This record gives sequence, structure tokens and C-alpha cells, in this order.
Amino acid sequence: MAKETKQRGAWAEGLAAEGEILAAGLDADARERAIKDARRTGDGYVPPKRPFKFGRWFRATGWRHVVGVVMVVFALFPIVFVISSSLNPKGTLTGSNALFSRIGLDSYVRILTDPQVPFTQWFANTLVIAGFTAVGTVFLGALAAYSFSRMRFAGRRFGLISIVVVQMFPQLLAVVAIFLLMSAIADWFPAIGLNTHIGLIMVYLGGALGVNTFLMYGFFNTVPASIDEAAKIDGAGHVRIFFTIILRLAAPILAVVALLSFIFSVNEFVVASVLLIDTEKQTLAVGLTKLVSNPRYADWSAFSAGAVLAALPVVALFLFLQKYIVGGLTAGAVK
Amino acid sequence: MSTTIDDDVTTETPPKPTKRQRQAANIADAASGGIKMLLFKLVLLGILDAVAVYAVLVLAGFGQWLIAIVVAAVAALVNWIYFSRRKLPAKYLTPGIIFLVLFQVFVLVYTGYIAFTNYGTGHNGSKEQAVSSLMASSLQRVEDSPTYPVTVVDQLGTLGLLVTDPDGDAYVGTNDQPLEPVDAEFDGDKAVAVDGWTSLQFADVLARTDEITELAVPFSDDPNDGAVRTPDGSSAYLYTSTLEYDEAAGTMTDVTTGTVYSDIGTGAFTSADGDELLPGWQITVGFDNFVRAVTDPRLAQPLVYVTLWTFAFALISVASTFFLGLFLAIVFNDMRMRGRKYYRVLMILPYAIPSFLSALIWAGMMNESFGFINQVLLGGASVPWLTDPWMAKLSVLLVNLWLGFPYMFLVCMGALQSIPDELQEAATVDGARPWAVFRLIKLPLLLVTVAPLLIASFAFNFNNFNTIYMLTDGGPRDSNAPIPVGFTDILITMVYKVAFTGQSRDYGLASAYSIIIFIIVAVISIIAFRRTKSLEELN
Repeated sequence: MAKETKQRGAWAEGLAAEGEILAAGLDADARERAIKDARRTGDGYVPPKRPFKFGRWFRATGWRHVVGVVMVVFALFPIVFVISSSLNPKGTLTGSNALFSRIGLDSYVRILTDPQVPFTQWFANTLVIAGFTAVGTVFLGALAAYSFSRMRFAGRRFGLISIVVVQMFPQLLAVVAIFLLMSAIADWFPAIGLNTHIGLIMVYLGGALGVNTFLMYGFFNTVPASIDEAAKIDGAGHVRIFFTIILRLAAPILAVVALLSFIFSVNEFVVASVLLIDTEKQTLAVGLTKLVSNPRYADWSAFSAGAVLAALPVVALFLFLQKYIVGGLTAGAVK
Repeated sequence: MSTTIDDDVTTETPPKPTKRQRQAANIADAASGGIKMLLFKLVLLGILDAVAVYAVLVLAGFGQWLIAIVVAAVAALVNWIYFSRRKLPAKYLTPGIIFLVLFQVFVLVYTGYIAFTNYGTGHNGSKEQAVSSLMASSLQRVEDSPTYPVTVVDQLGTLGLLVTDPDGDAYVGTNDQPLEPVDAEFDGDKAVAVDGWTSLQFADVLARTDEITELAVPFSDDPNDGAVRTPDGSSAYLYTSTLEYDEAAGTMTDVTTGTVYSDIGTGAFTSADGDELLPGWQITVGFDNFVRAVTDPRLAQPLVYVTLWTFAFALISVASTFFLGLFLAIVFNDMRMRGRKYYRVLMILPYAIPSFLSALIWAGMMNESFGFINQVLLGGASVPWLTDPWMAKLSVLLVNLWLGFPYMFLVCMGALQSIPDELQEAATVDGARPWAVFRLIKLPLLLVTVAPLLIASFAFNFNNFNTIYMLTDGGPRDSNAPIPVGFTDILITMVYKVAFTGQSRDYGLASAYSIIIFIIVAVISIIAFRRTKSLEELN
């Protein structure tokens, strides 16, 4: 407990020091360095290695480590808490407060086998829905991006603009209408209406032409058109150019779009909660939220175990493709 | 190809045929691919057309002619596009556009329509449905009605009753189909089987008791004639409604009290002193929902504070995450610092975890009596993190800062690194102090590149459903409001709660709120696009 108090103290100090650091720290230090560098290169003078001084080190980079440690603690303590409580065999929220007091996999067994909580089913549903949505989004988006990037036709600019404008109004705003539309479809075609995975995937694909299309459009534009022309002269048709050249060359952006779409569907609660009625058809977001709707009475350790299991694949994918994702996220900003 | 008899030339000819062969192979390859593609296209379009024909038949069966025509027209258009030799862009755009139009554009327009109706609990269907539902819910057994021997029959999962009337004639009907005469097999005086229906055995009757006792088979097309119901699956009695429907006058009369309920255009039968018979039916109500939302003081007050809080939440979230992210980017954008990579990976973890999970975990940690923060970090304090209106707002902002700062950190880091070092060097040579370099050179350049992302972040937080709903569920609840709304609700969570939670669902009012969000978002987008001119860069 003393440890936590200390960390919080350090955090507060770090925040308070922010202004001074910005104004003074960078300032004097950088100027001093610049002058020294200038002198050194001027007359070829090599200074003797200076003895290590804590004060100088702290002004230069040490305080940055303080900020880093404080931020890492801030970023990680909920994660540490949830891992600890997932390993706690006892169920309640109160029992989870003593970090790592007891270690066991009982909660994992409970969440995976509890007949009341079809966690594995939710997991499978989420993978299926998010997976198909990701593939469909990439495919539909890439088709559209290819035509916008490589063809000139009447209404092209209008099409690009209307995709931007329509995306300003996310689907969740129209959730009532989506619900009523899907219940009407369920009356006529029960296989694709309310309470079906296909129906939910179709609704998600309604958002396929959007920001993702723009990411791909921008990337396709960077693929030289001369490659297409060369292929065309060799007798390749537009379909062949699209599938065997453009899609191959644009593989990194396709991976990013697929992952962003996957994460979006995993996170999506509003439409999924409205369309999927049966408990065993729901996704992780809907199921786990209902599971802890009252944290006081819920089996908190089992939820934590479920949360760890649910987060692992997404976090692993994210860290694995981190470089590409960061590139994709900042594509609009940093040209 | 000219032929020669010169030996020198013939020795050089081998390359030429191979080139031609290669070209020929290419052409053949392309041609064969073309046939494969053509077959593939034919199969796909064939499947699509088969599905379309099936859909049109089903819709026609339900009497949905307009929708059937639309489906047929779309199918015809798709066929035309893909069989045409031209229309190349359309071939690539059509699949995405079909989904976009149905599940994005149409639903937005449909939201607009629902906002002008009274759709919701008690106003779900047509007037006919309301009448039959009212009649069915007020059925009472006729005191001296004869006993009808019945056999419960099943046709493809739909239960029906095979009724023998006192004259010995057999009739069959279901909940939706009034009794009609049939030729049945008799066992003594009782009809026991009829063609096209499966008679239920005693065990089946027991197993499906609940469904069977719910059956109410209308006696005739006129709802006033009542219905036949069976309490045990072997004998049935005539039930008539205590309500009497006069179709010509459009009134419902309660025969026990004599009260007359008439259709006064509000979507429900209403008595002279204002009592409504529910369920009613769906009608368009014009601007009623909007007028109600802004003039009914019990609704207008929540709308005002929810709207203000939505703006405050989105603005403060963007500002706090941006400044923390920018500060961290500056701190870690120093080549001399060791271990920057590790700090970076650890700090972006909050962004990698699905946000609904993070918000749920925070909700547990912020629990007033049992949560980790109060019990451990604050040593047993009872800070009402999620239960006090103002503390809950603060908590939501804090959690959203935790969720959002890694994104801004990554973005600012990228933007800072893309600013050329020469600018800083030139400024330093000119004698600018580092703070001035940052404020006058780096920050403006950074803002130019980051501004579109800040606008996008604002738009995202404006509708940031997950953080609010998972963390506080919009609470603490405002007990004065007639709708389930709380002090941390933003507009989108209010739409969701009005439409899908609570005792009564009010789709009309929820859609009216959605329209209000549309208008706000549209105005903001127009201003943003004007400012950034980002649309003009599209080419």
C-alpha cells in the first residue's frame, strides 16, 4: 500500500513539473549542448570524458525516465489489477483487492465451463463475426478504392465526397432504424434477420465503404500506374490486374484495414446488443457487459479471467502489427 | 512471317517462334482465364438471381409488393451492370454501394421517418393488429356456451384446433386463420384427424400445454364473434371479447361498463375522459416528438444538460488526451534517452485492449464500497467515483484519458518526427530559445498535420458509447426524468436507453434525439470541412 501512495505522489509531482520542464529544462540544456558542439567541431578539440554527475544526467534525460515510469504505472495498474484478480480463485470484487495474494487458475476454469455463461460460444461468435466483417470490409473497400484510384468516370468526385460525408454519421446513430429494419427482414427471411450472425455481419458491412476505403485509396495511389499499364500491354485484364498486382502490392494496408475492422467489430456493443437476442448468439462485448452489469454481485474473478482471455488475441495482434497500425493511423496526418 | 532459306537466318529464328509462342501462351492464358472468369461470373450471378427470385416470391407471398419490386429492380440492375461490356467502375463499386445504401443511407432516412411516428411500446403495428390484439386480450368465456370436442393439430410447427360443433361438422383454424369447414375423420362424434395436419398425441399435448392454452382460434372473420379456446386440449369453449368493435364507426365499446372508446387520431382508442386502450397502433405524429422533447419540461431539462455534457465530454476528452499525448511525445522524442522503445510499448497497451473491457474493469475498480481504488489506493476511503453526479463526470473523463492518450501519443510522435531537423537548427542559429522554437515553429506545423485527427477524435468522442455505457451506464440516474436518463449520459447513450431499456420503449422519441445528433454533427462537419478544406483536396 505504501508503494502505491508513493507512486501516486510521483505522478502528481510529474504533472506539476510539466510546465517548468517544458520552459526551462529543454531550454538551457539544449543551448549548452549546441555551444559545446560548435566549439568542439571548430578546433577539433576532444573534451576529456566528464565524470558522471547525477544532477546533469537528471536534467538531460533522468526526468524523462521519471515521467515514463509514472505514465507506465498509470497505464498498467488496471491491467495488473485485472490479471491479479483473474488469478484469484475467490469470486468477489472485494476478494480481488489484495494483488496476487493467491494464485490459481480456478477462475479460468469457471468462466470456460460455467453452463450459465456460454463464454466459449461468445468467443467463437466474436471471432466469426469480426473475422467475416474484416474480410468483407477489406474486399468491398479494396474494390471501391481500386475503381476510385485507377478509373476516371462521371460521379467519381461525388462518390469520394459522399463516402466522407456519410461516414460522419456512424451507424450507431441509426440503431433504432437498424433494429426495426432487421425485425422486418426477420419476418420475411428469418435466416438473415434479427438474431442472426449473418444479419449483423451485413449491417457491419454497410460501413465498409468509409475511412478504410480512404486508407486503401491513398495507398493504391502510391502504386505506380505504369505497373498496370505494363500488365495491360501484356494482355492482363482489369480483374487480373486487381487481384494479382494491386492486391499483392497493397498487402500491408490490407492487413491494417482488416485489423482495424476486426478490432472495431470486437468492440462494437450497440448494434450487436440490439440485434443478437439469444444469449448463446451474443458476442463477447454484449455477453461480458451483461455478466458484470452489477459488479458487486458478479463473479468478478471469472469476469477478469474472461477479460484476459478476450483481450489476449487482440493485444497480441495489435503489438505484432504495431508498426503498420501506427503508420495507418497517422497516414492522414503525416504525409 | 516471311520464310527464308538462308542458314544464318534459320539459326537465328529459334528465338522468334519462342517469343511468339510466349505471346500466344499469354493470349491463351488470358483467354482461358477469361472463360474461367466468365463461368465464375455466370455462377455468381446465377446464385444472386436465384436468391433474388426466391426473395421476390417470399415478399409477394407476404403481400410486400413495393419491396418485391425494389428487389427485382436491384437484381436487374446488377445483372445489367455485370453483363455490360462497359460500366467498369460500376462493377467495382456496386457490391459496396448496395450494403452502404441499405445499412447506412436507408437506415438514416428511415430514422428520420420514425422520428415522425409514435412507434414504440403500445404502438407497434397496424390498426387491425391492435384491434385483434385488444379483442384477444379481453376474451371471456361465454357462460352458457356449448362444449366443443377438439383435437389439437399441427401443420409445420403451427398449432391449430380441429373443432367438432354440436351439429357434428368439423372445422379447423389457427390463431391467425378463423375456423373453416373441413372433411375430417371421425372417431365417434369427435373429429380426430384431417388431411394436411398432424394430430397431436396425448404426450405431445402435455409437452406443449403452454402453447395450446394460449391458442385462441377466431370463430369467424368478424372479431366480435369471439374465439374458441381449450384449457385442456380435448374440449373447447366459445370465448367472446368484453370489447365490441364497430368497424364502421371506428369505436371500441366495453360491453361490461358501456364505455365507448373511439379513434380520435392519437393512435389508440380513447374514451371520453382520456383513458387509452393499449396496445394502440402506429401513426405519423408530425413534429410531436420534437415538440415534446423541447417543450415538456421534464424532457427538455435532461436534453439540455445531456447536450451540454456531450459537448463538454468530447471537447475535454480531445484536449486532455491531446495535451498528455503531446507532452509525452516531447518527453520521449529525445535520442539520448535510453529504453524509449520499452516505455512506448507499455504505454500503448491501454489502446490495444478492447475498450469495452477496459471500461468494465475501471467500473469495478471505481466501485464505491468494494473497488480497488477506494479500498487499496485510498486506504478504505469511500469516494463516490461513479455515484455522485460530478465525481462520475470526472471519472468518465479520467478513464477516457487513460483510453485515449496512447493514440494521441503515437500521432504526435509521428508528427514531431516528420518535422525536419533543419528548421530547429536554423531557428537555433538565429538565436531562438527552445521554448520559442517549440511554440512558434514546431507546434504550428504539428497542428496543421494533427488538426484533421483532432476533429475525427472529437467526432468519435461525441458518440463514444462504450466508455459511458460500460463505466457508469449514464448514471447516477436522474429520478426526475420520465425517461431512463442519468447525469453522465451523452446523446447517443440517451438514444439507446430511451429506445431499448426501461419499461417502455419509445422508438419515435429516440429517433427524434438521433435526428438532433445528426443536425449537430452535420453542422460541426460543415464547419470543419470549410476550415480544413479537406474535401477540396480530393481528386
